[in-house]
Amino acid sequence: MFRTLIAVIGGAAACSAAPLLWAADADSNTATPTLEQRVEALEQQAANPPPQPAAGARAFNPAISVVLNGTAAHFSRDPEDYTLPGFALGEEAGPGTQGLSLGESEINLEANIDDWFFGSVTAALAEEDGETHVELEESYIQTLQLPAGLTAKGGRFFSRMGYLNEFHAHADDFVDRPLAYRALLGGKQYGDDGVQLRWLAPTDLFVELGAEAFRGNGFPGGGGAHGGVGTWTVFSHIGGDIGDSLSYRTGLSYLDTEARDRETGDGPDTYSGNSRLIVADFVLKWAPHGNPKNTNLKLQAEYLQRKETGTFNGDDYAGKQHGYYVQGAWQFMPNWRTALRYDRLSADNSGAAVAGSALDDQGHQPQRYSALLEFDRSEFSRLRLQYNRDESGPEADNQLFLNYVFNLGAHGAHAF
Amino acid sequence: MRKSLRWMVGLVACLCVPVAQAGVQVFACEPEWQALVEAIGGEQVTAYSATSALQDPHQIQARPSLIAKARQADLVLCSGAELEAGWLPQVLRQAANSKVQPGSRGYMEAAQQVQRLELPTRLDRADGDVHASGNPHVQYDPRNILRISEALAIRLAEIDGTHAAHYAARQADFAARWTAALQGWETRGARLRGMKIIAHHKNAAYLSHWLGLDEVATLEPKPGIPPTFSHLSELLTLLKTTPVSAIIRMPYEDAKPSQWLSTRTQVPAVVLPGTVGGTPAAKDLFALFESTLDALLQARP
Repeated sequence: MFRTLIAVIGGAAACSAAPLLWAADADSNTATPTLEQRVEALEQQAANPPPQPAAGARAFNPAISVVLNGTAAHFSRDPEDYTLPGFALGEEAGPGTQGLSLGESEINLEANIDDWFFGSVTAALAEEDGETHVELEESYIQTLQLPAGLTAKGGRFFSRMGYLNEFHAHADDFVDRPLAYRALLGGKQYGDDGVQLRWLAPTDLFVELGAEAFRGNGFPGGGGAHGGVGTWTVFSHIGGDIGDSLSYRTGLSYLDTEARDRETGDGPDTYSGNSRLIVADFVLKWAPHGNPKNTNLKLQAEYLQRKETGTFNGDDYAGKQHGYYVQGAWQFMPNWRTALRYDRLSADNSGAAVAGSALDDQGHQPQRYSALLEFDRSEFSRLRLQYNRDESGPEADNQLFLNYVFNLGAHGAHAF
Repeated sequence: MRKSLRWMVGLVACLCVPVAQAGVQVFACEPEWQALVEAIGGEQVTAYSATSALQDPHQIQARPSLIAKARQADLVLCSGAELEAGWLPQVLRQAANSKVQPGSRGYMEAAQQVQRLELPTRLDRADGDVHASGNPHVQYDPRNILRISEALAIRLAEIDGTHAAHYAARQADFAARWTAALQGWETRGARLRGMKIIAHHKNAAYLSHWLGLDEVATLEPKPGIPPTFSHLSELLTLLKTTPVSAIIRMPYEDAKPSQWLSTRTQVPAVVLPGTVGGTPAAKDLFALFESTLDALLQARP
């Protein structure tokens, strides 16, 4: 009853106030300057609106970006039968799925945590055997305030060794990763739970040195050896500009890990022993006067060499395997890009475990040729058509991919 | 492993020898801010520009050389308002330099010092590459340069307190010369009021606002989306009914679309310097506006 009364009184007050407001407005109208002056004032106002304060609780939301990724693929040979003779493959090393398929949808959240720390989380949603999995790709914090050019990183992250390793695969110039990553790093890259310390030199030449310690669960490690500190890496990169149109970065990195019952293949096969990997990387970018917007060229190559000594399915095994790729991507006009890539691998394995297993290279050296055409409507949408002649196995596979990679949400900054 | 560690320690030792450079080290994102810092700081600053007038500041890559320069900076001075969103956050995060992280004294955005135009009322990428903080190309209004120079002098004095008087004196001198020049430019530019132009991208908005130019369209169908044939054809139709005096672009923008339109309509394609060094005549900040006016007045005799 009381509430109704208040509502009635409130409503009446509002109605009676309205004519008053109208009158006040009319009064002020008579006092206002000429029409011309008012238009000018309005224009001024439109040009200089007061700064909008960031809104409420939402203002502190981290930057959110989502990557949508889908592929139509055709393989002339069944991708289920894919092998790389001479290499025991990690779980994500396959060439993909025949037909239409959704790739990984990736969600990234990142923000400064406070004045000392930056944090980033990337989760991928992927379909596997009819079920949707959430894979936590990265979840790390990084320091912002360490002195003397130092940064520290902790959590789960992709190692900074090599070039492509630190990038999420959707950012690549090709639909699929190089064979050397597939064969020697288990699929896409080396990522694991760990810590990183990096130092950047105070010089005009870009020089960075760093070291990482990881749990040792990621391929080619496994089993989290040594109480959960099973992998060590050191990495170094130098880079700079040559004139105003060329820039480069090159590096040398080393990874040392121990695997305990690392599982590969469908068997699965198990490997226990050490694994040492050297990565040499080189990237050269050209753009007229350093302006990549209209045309640009990117040349990229990496060489990976891995040595392992241990037991494979209980038998002795010593392996020396290496691989490289060379690729070039050419943006020949705004929105359009084409790219070529050559991949090659070779294995030199010995020991009782080799004969008849995945480690037997059957006298074959895998190689692959790739060509790609890409159209970008904006920097947020990429449509790609790629052809591979994949000679991973003794019989060649012709592969065709039609792929999209779309970014929505925050505009993340790209690394070189 | 041990050998590589020893090698690393050795390299660290020899690279740690400090590089001798004078005064406050400034990492400017664009040439206009390098020029302004040099005008205000004089011999007490060493300024470096991350981009040249021939580079589109939206689409620079986070090159190793930029990271190395940002590592050594005492002040990062950029346009801001997300103009450098595609590369600067990456450069700063990799630079491992606590002095210049956003929010610290050594980080300054020019666009934050002035009223920005074209603040979007809705944020949707369907509208192209819109900037939530408004149009970031603030350098093309000389009144903004004056305001930013005041804020910059204060910031330099905060970073390098011993030379506070030096910065204040140089800023006062700059402001006096700038104000005098501004009057001259406004007198010369009065004739341009209402001049209809087509711009490649919305990077002349502040210039148009200052001089009262009427920007009837852009060659880009949406901000950040390169000109398409269908959009240029629409402009061709538009130009039949709307007389336009010039099709303008900055030196880093693709010449083909404006030339295509120019040859079909006889409307002159004009390259404006955009920033210091954009054309041979625009050798400093004063000459930037002087030569911009020259180019526009030539198109509308």
